[in-house]
Amino acid sequence: MDFLRPAGWEEALAAKAEHPTAVPIAGGTDVMVELNFDHRRPEYLLDLNRVTELHEWEVGEENVRLGASVPYSRIIDHLRTELPGLALAGHTVGSPQIRNRGSVGGNLGAASPAGDSHPALLSAGTEVEVESVRGTRFIPVEEFFTGVKRNALAADELIKTVHIKKATGPQQFSKVGTRNAMVIAVCAFGIALHPETRTVRTGIGSAAPTPLRATAAEEFLSAALTDGGFWESGKTITPSIARQFAELASGACNPIDDVRGSARYRRHAVGIMARRTLGWTWDAYRTGGLGTRTTEGGAPCA
Amino acid sequence: MGGVTRTPTNLTQGSATKGGIGESTLRPDGTLKVTGEFAYSSDMWHEDMLWGYTLRSPHAHAEIRSIDTSAALAQAGVHAVLTYDDLPTEVKNYGLEIQDTPVLAHGRVRHHGEPVAIVAADHPETARRAAEKIRVDYAPLPVVHDEATATAEDAPLLHPGRDDHHAGHVPHPNVVHRQPIVRGDVEAARARADVIVSGEYEVGMQDQAFLGPESGLAVPAEDGGVDLYVATQWLHSDLRQIAPVLGLPEEKVRMTLSGVGGAFGGREDLSMQIHGCLLALRTGKPVKIVYNRFESFFGHVHRHPAKLWYEHGATRDGRITHMKCRIVLDGGAYASASPAVVGNASSLSVGPYVIDDVEIEAVALYTNNPPCGAMRGFGAVQACFAYESQMDKLAAELGMDAVELRRLNAMSQGTIMPTGQEVDSPAPVAELLRRVKALPLPPEKQWESGDTAGTSVDVRALPGGLSNTTHGEGVVRGVGYAVGIKNVGFSEGFDDYSTARVRLSVVGGEPVAMVHTAMAEVGQGGVTVHAQIARTELGVTHVTIHPADTRVGSAGSTSASRQTYVTGGAVKHTCEAVREKVLELGRAKLGTYHPAWATAELLLEGGKVVTDGGEVLAGIADVLEDEVVDIELEWRHRPTEAFDLRTGQGQGHVQYSFAAHRAVVEVDTELGLVKVIELACAQDVGKALNPQSVVGQIQGGTTQGLGLAVMEEIVVDTDGKVRNPSFTDYLIPTILDTPTIPVDVLELADPNAPYGLRGMGEAPTLSSTPAVVSAIRAATGLALRRVPVRPEHLTGT
Repeated sequence: MDFLRPAGWEEALAAKAEHPTAVPIAGGTDVMVELNFDHRRPEYLLDLNRVTELHEWEVGEENVRLGASVPYSRIIDHLRTELPGLALAGHTVGSPQIRNRGSVGGNLGAASPAGDSHPALLSAGTEVEVESVRGTRFIPVEEFFTGVKRNALAADELIKTVHIKKATGPQQFSKVGTRNAMVIAVCAFGIALHPETRTVRTGIGSAAPTPLRATAAEEFLSAALTDGGFWESGKTITPSIARQFAELASGACNPIDDVRGSARYRRHAVGIMARRTLGWTWDAYRTGGLGTRTTEGGAPCA
Repeated sequence: MGGVTRTPTNLTQGSATKGGIGESTLRPDGTLKVTGEFAYSSDMWHEDMLWGYTLRSPHAHAEIRSIDTSAALAQAGVHAVLTYDDLPTEVKNYGLEIQDTPVLAHGRVRHHGEPVAIVAADHPETARRAAEKIRVDYAPLPVVHDEATATAEDAPLLHPGRDDHHAGHVPHPNVVHRQPIVRGDVEAARARADVIVSGEYEVGMQDQAFLGPESGLAVPAEDGGVDLYVATQWLHSDLRQIAPVLGLPEEKVRMTLSGVGGAFGGREDLSMQIHGCLLALRTGKPVKIVYNRFESFFGHVHRHPAKLWYEHGATRDGRITHMKCRIVLDGGAYASASPAVVGNASSLSVGPYVIDDVEIEAVALYTNNPPCGAMRGFGAVQACFAYESQMDKLAAELGMDAVELRRLNAMSQGTIMPTGQEVDSPAPVAELLRRVKALPLPPEKQWESGDTAGTSVDVRALPGGLSNTTHGEGVVRGVGYAVGIKNVGFSEGFDDYSTARVRLSVVGGEPVAMVHTAMAEVGQGGVTVHAQIARTELGVTHVTIHPADTRVGSAGSTSASRQTYVTGGAVKHTCEAVREKVLELGRAKLGTYHPAWATAELLLEGGKVVTDGGEVLAGIADVLEDEVVDIELEWRHRPTEAFDLRTGQGQGHVQYSFAAHRAVVEVDTELGLVKVIELACAQDVGKALNPQSVVGQIQGGTTQGLGLAVMEEIVVDTDGKVRNPSFTDYLIPTILDTPTIPVDVLELADPNAPYGLRGMGEAPTLSSTPAVVSAIRAATGLALRRVPVRPEHLTGT
């Protein structure tokens, strides 16, 4: 195995073009596990740690431009106001040591259905900026996941920046695992209220071959909230709306039975998480002053 | 050596010496382990060494038609590839009790992960890649995976032609061992019962999950022998199994214990020992083998999964009339410790209760599942989950408080066990329950902050923790209790002795003791305790602990809660002999200077010979001068006897150990997630030689029991394949899963044991599991017959 160590981004793109089978590695929290388990034996590892811009982020007018290698611990410490859902998701990633190394770029590269950041990215609204020597593409995150551990990257492309919409309303993230820390998701759910567009977006993890949005649930809820004047009145959401939202979220799942959990449980748990996280975000929205920039959904980052 | 075996008449010896028994002296390995400087066996290095790797079966049951190693041998850097055909002698199997385990598979593999071939190469990755090039032609065979498939008329026999000493009395050749116990008249007692409850319970396959994987270094020696440095639990048991396979006399296989990263029973069987030696002797080079985590899950035995059927009856006032039970343990492909686990499960199946009329049967099966053997609690864990579940069920049926029911039927000193053996030392079962019940309950809703708005919660205090699944929704608290009984030491007539060598000499003008045993320090703190015993018995400050090796006699296994009792007993016994020798020398050299040498009871205190009145007669250094007292002695606890194969009667156990738990849990009833808030334990330890270590053992055992209750299980398919051999999917409790563990230690002396101590490492592992499950039942109202409890069980999904 050859270890390629480009000194900068252009060099990295050139290396990837020359060696399309090269596996990019930054924090290594996923790649090293794959290597140790003998799941893959790449000819080349492409070390991105010297590409400094990948470790940087920039808060823009509407988006956060998050370098692919920015570790979760930075997101938790510095971006919890702009990206509250992702910060909550980041908290559930591995241990402190893993959070110091693991990054959203790595999560997207691995494209595991159980990747913790995916539901938060889906619910916030995200575009993935990928680049090769041929040029740059912006891929909506919904289209980025193409199958179990498969993504839309071409062989010569690398993930450069993740453009995530800044929160304009409360966001939440919940994940079920069978222990209280350091656990791979049995299933996960993310939700983001977008008061400025009167919409709600969601993300489901580990309950289908790819992370996905519960589109029918989103459409139902957005319509119900708008039709009922909830955004303006800040009324409590009626139980029947919450229940139907939960059922639709549950129905969006296409899970499997595996060693971590049964398909039935995953469907059930996604419904519960959808109902609860909706309650938390909506409470934060209506108690935080309608339309003001309250993005915390009521769960402090411990 | 006159007076060596006498019981010390004075009980004040050592009371004035600092760092003796009863003090929480610091562990010599503690700081090194915390700072990452401790050398574990996997850290060993030798110039010019090779790396060994094991090729394992991907099938649970298959015929091996052929093995072609040529491509592996042809790879650059490979020094040896060995299969069954390369074994040097007629001894090709090993085993703790029954030698049924092939060193390398021959013609057939019986479980997923069974070793088939071994490779030595100049780099671990080279060895691994070479192993992939070994071509094994397997023809899969039908898989035996439970009692029905094991005992079916046409069941494939795991070990046809068995000639072991259990073969004659088992009902089927796929039953390793069967132990019935009958006492009293169950039918008559049953007729007196006002209520009868029965239940079927199941315990999943728990793993020891020690953090230091199997590893060792075998160095070939010029005399044709081999020096083996290895992490194990019992050097001499390994030696007895290794030497015949190598064709070497035992004195040519010199073993030294290297840094052990936990054991919990998982190192009682051999792992890399024979493989490493074979490769070293074949190549003439040192060979190191380190399992990775994945391989480690296949490299040691696990806790027997079990199905347990129980019936209890009681009169309306809560007196238990009778108990019937049947316990089926899955021993997997090879016997390992299965027969002894059957002995424990059956003889302790009644729990710490007085029940005169019982019918008990325990069996262990041969199947194509992973081999199971020793793990902390050893058969008593499985039984405890079942009988304590039954106690809750019986209490509910009677409308009685579950703790009151237990206390009413609790055994005490003088109780006769179902085996006919009298419990002849303190058995404070009712008192332990009283103590955990009397503790104040932890405050409710600890996740709520002082913030009156109520929007702020600390998710770390809630089920799901940082996964942020609830802010209090669906969360219900439950409280549960359990108590258990564990035997201490090796039972059923086993000659369970230990050896200690103690050397006393003068170094730099000061008397210094050296304690040399073969005891495996696996983290339990034995080396700390040995130094404390030597200080107490010899009145010296400076004690060095010699590395554990086979140059001294056997110390027995670091298991069965026995090391402080038995090897500690041997150290004490040998120190007493050394003390007598010192006094003898003193009398001979200095006796004429003071009449007290002849007339007074003499002690060794503070480096001096003193009278029991406190008068100093001489310094130990002055007595010894250039002489060295160096004594090695064996020590035995009182003998036990086998259980009768038909009735189960017999004085089978050495000592019993008791612990009780109260669990307070919070359950997210909608998501089926559990947070254990507090797990209080009360335990009688007879005498706490090192109180801090005692508390550590109780907290560790409690946490391991919690793991079995809510998360730890090796999942095996019906085709015998292990589905989760990694710490990604075999979950053990993190610190966020570990509750507050208040510990209440009782010290009621056992007059038969050294210092009155009671082996204590395992008991807390027993009652922890059923206490947690009892609390979850209280929170949810569900029956919960299986551990670990999964979210699916709590949500009906």
